[in-house]
Amino acid sequence: MKKFGKILIEFLVVALCLVYLFPIYIVLVNSFKNRAELYENMLALPNSFSFEYFAKAMEKMSFLRAFGNSLIITVVSIAVIIVLASMTAWMFVRTDDRLSRILFMVFVATMIIPFQTIMMPMMQVMGWARDNLHIPMLNSLGGLIYMNIGFGTSMAVFLYHGFVKSIPVSLEEAATIDGCNKFKVFWKIVFPMLKPTTATVMILDVIWIWNDYLLPSLVLSSKSLRTIPLSTASFFGQFTIEWNLAMAGLMLTITPVIIFYLSAQKYIVKGVAAGAVKL
Amino acid sequence: MKKRRDKAWYALFVFPLVFIFTTVVVIPFIIGIGYSFISWDGMPLNEKKFVGFDNYIRLFADERFLTSAVHTVLFTICSVLLINLLGLIFALAVTGKLKVKNAARTMLFMPYLIGGLILGYIWKFIFTDVFKSIGQLTGWTKVFFSWLLDPEFALAAMMIVATWQMAGYIMIIYINGIQAMPEDVLEAAKVDGAGFWQTLFRIKFPLIMPSFTICLFLTLSNCFKIFDVNFSLTGGGPSNATEMMAMNIYNEIFSLNNYGYGQAKAIIFFAAVAVITLVQVSITKKKEVEM
Repeated sequence: MKKFGKILIEFLVVALCLVYLFPIYIVLVNSFKNRAELYENMLALPNSFSFEYFAKAMEKMSFLRAFGNSLIITVVSIAVIIVLASMTAWMFVRTDDRLSRILFMVFVATMIIPFQTIMMPMMQVMGWARDNLHIPMLNSLGGLIYMNIGFGTSMAVFLYHGFVKSIPVSLEEAATIDGCNKFKVFWKIVFPMLKPTTATVMILDVIWIWNDYLLPSLVLSSKSLRTIPLSTASFFGQFTIEWNLAMAGLMLTITPVIIFYLSAQKYIVKGVAAGAVKL
Repeated sequence: MKKRRDKAWYALFVFPLVFIFTTVVVIPFIIGIGYSFISWDGMPLNEKKFVGFDNYIRLFADERFLTSAVHTVLFTICSVLLINLLGLIFALAVTGKLKVKNAARTMLFMPYLIGGLILGYIWKFIFTDVFKSIGQLTGWTKVFFSWLLDPEFALAAMMIVATWQMAGYIMIIYINGIQAMPEDVLEAAKVDGAGFWQTLFRIKFPLIMPSFTICLFLTLSNCFKIFDVNFSLTGGGPSNATEMMAMNIYNEIFSLNNYGYGQAKAIIFFAAVAVITLVQVSITKKKEVEM
């Protein structure tokens, strides 16, 4: 009897979790239906599995193009953030002078500034750079990547700084005596040891950059440069009346996220937990 | 000689990032303070007029802004409570002896990864058409109607979506705190005859205070600064009833083209975020127990 109760509780927990995820179920079932079937019953399973609406949504959203843009922006931004932030944080810890401490303080202090406080003047600065220095900062993937790097550094430097402090300096000293320069010491010896933090930074920044809407919406105006959130927003604006098509579009956008999550779940949960540090 | 070379290495390692960071964050922040003292419509050729503190004075008589501030505070308080309560319950449920705890964690955390904009769109469909159709099917039209058309229910809808998004995230942090609890202390409590509730309130809660500090900090600042869910779920409607501060600033600058005035709001917004989070961290930090 007691065993039966235990099994019942296990089932109950799973059932509750499934109920918790019912919004995703709603999106999934309705993305296969036609308009009439959707309005008949929004909670029911579809009668037929037609991929017609997925194909249509894919075309209307220029999904593959948006996916490619999002991928380029996310991968390049994160790669640069990791390279530059790890080098900077290491230098800050190993050169413990006033300059390092002040710079580090500035990095950490700015983490509290909301994006809304910076967005307008930042757009002015970038517009100025475009007009006077002829650098295409606005309406270009490169410009957006540059800004992502600027916004992502604080957190990354902060996390790396905490980790570097915990690794002993003796290995680096030995390598220096053997004739390695700082560049080699960092890339051959220090950077490999920073792997856990690198994973954390990567995970946190993927979640942030892949889903970011406001910054790309300000920077990118060309249709061909749209990221996934941007193309979803414009698609959704056009097709709110055709809910079945809108649901197919949403299903398309969340599928890559779910696949990414299920394939790297362990690292994601670990990274998110490790990134939740207090100031 | 060696010193100069060290300095060169330092510059090589640190300068690129400091440069990017300065141009993207530091300079805009500083000139943003300057912008808050001018009146300007955003057109490069039009005049930027210095108005002193006028923008800041105007702001305290701006009903739409003050309403958005009240709604933001209300939304933040309710959401922070809901998220932390639910997150803690989830965390306690999936750290026990259950066999399905890993599967449960996986499912509960998933919404966080989808991102506020998309979540807002998903729930928009649920709160409008799905609710309406459930209402028609069951006849419970008092509960199931289009929530987003009613000012109060629309605000509640925002809270529900924010909670759905962040509860799993907060759960992960509480799980970490619970797992870091020393076994022997719990064991000792059991031996001394402490019951479930006693253990929970007298032992477990004090021990997870550090996680609590972090969770409160994250939920407070995330909720206070919410934009994406607001943008996609309600768009600030009906008739600005759910316009949060972040969205109010965005609209003031980019829809109404009041660049200087909107920037003054943005500076006040920054000050509010800074004060709230710093006060919260200093209060909850005092309550943490040293092990």
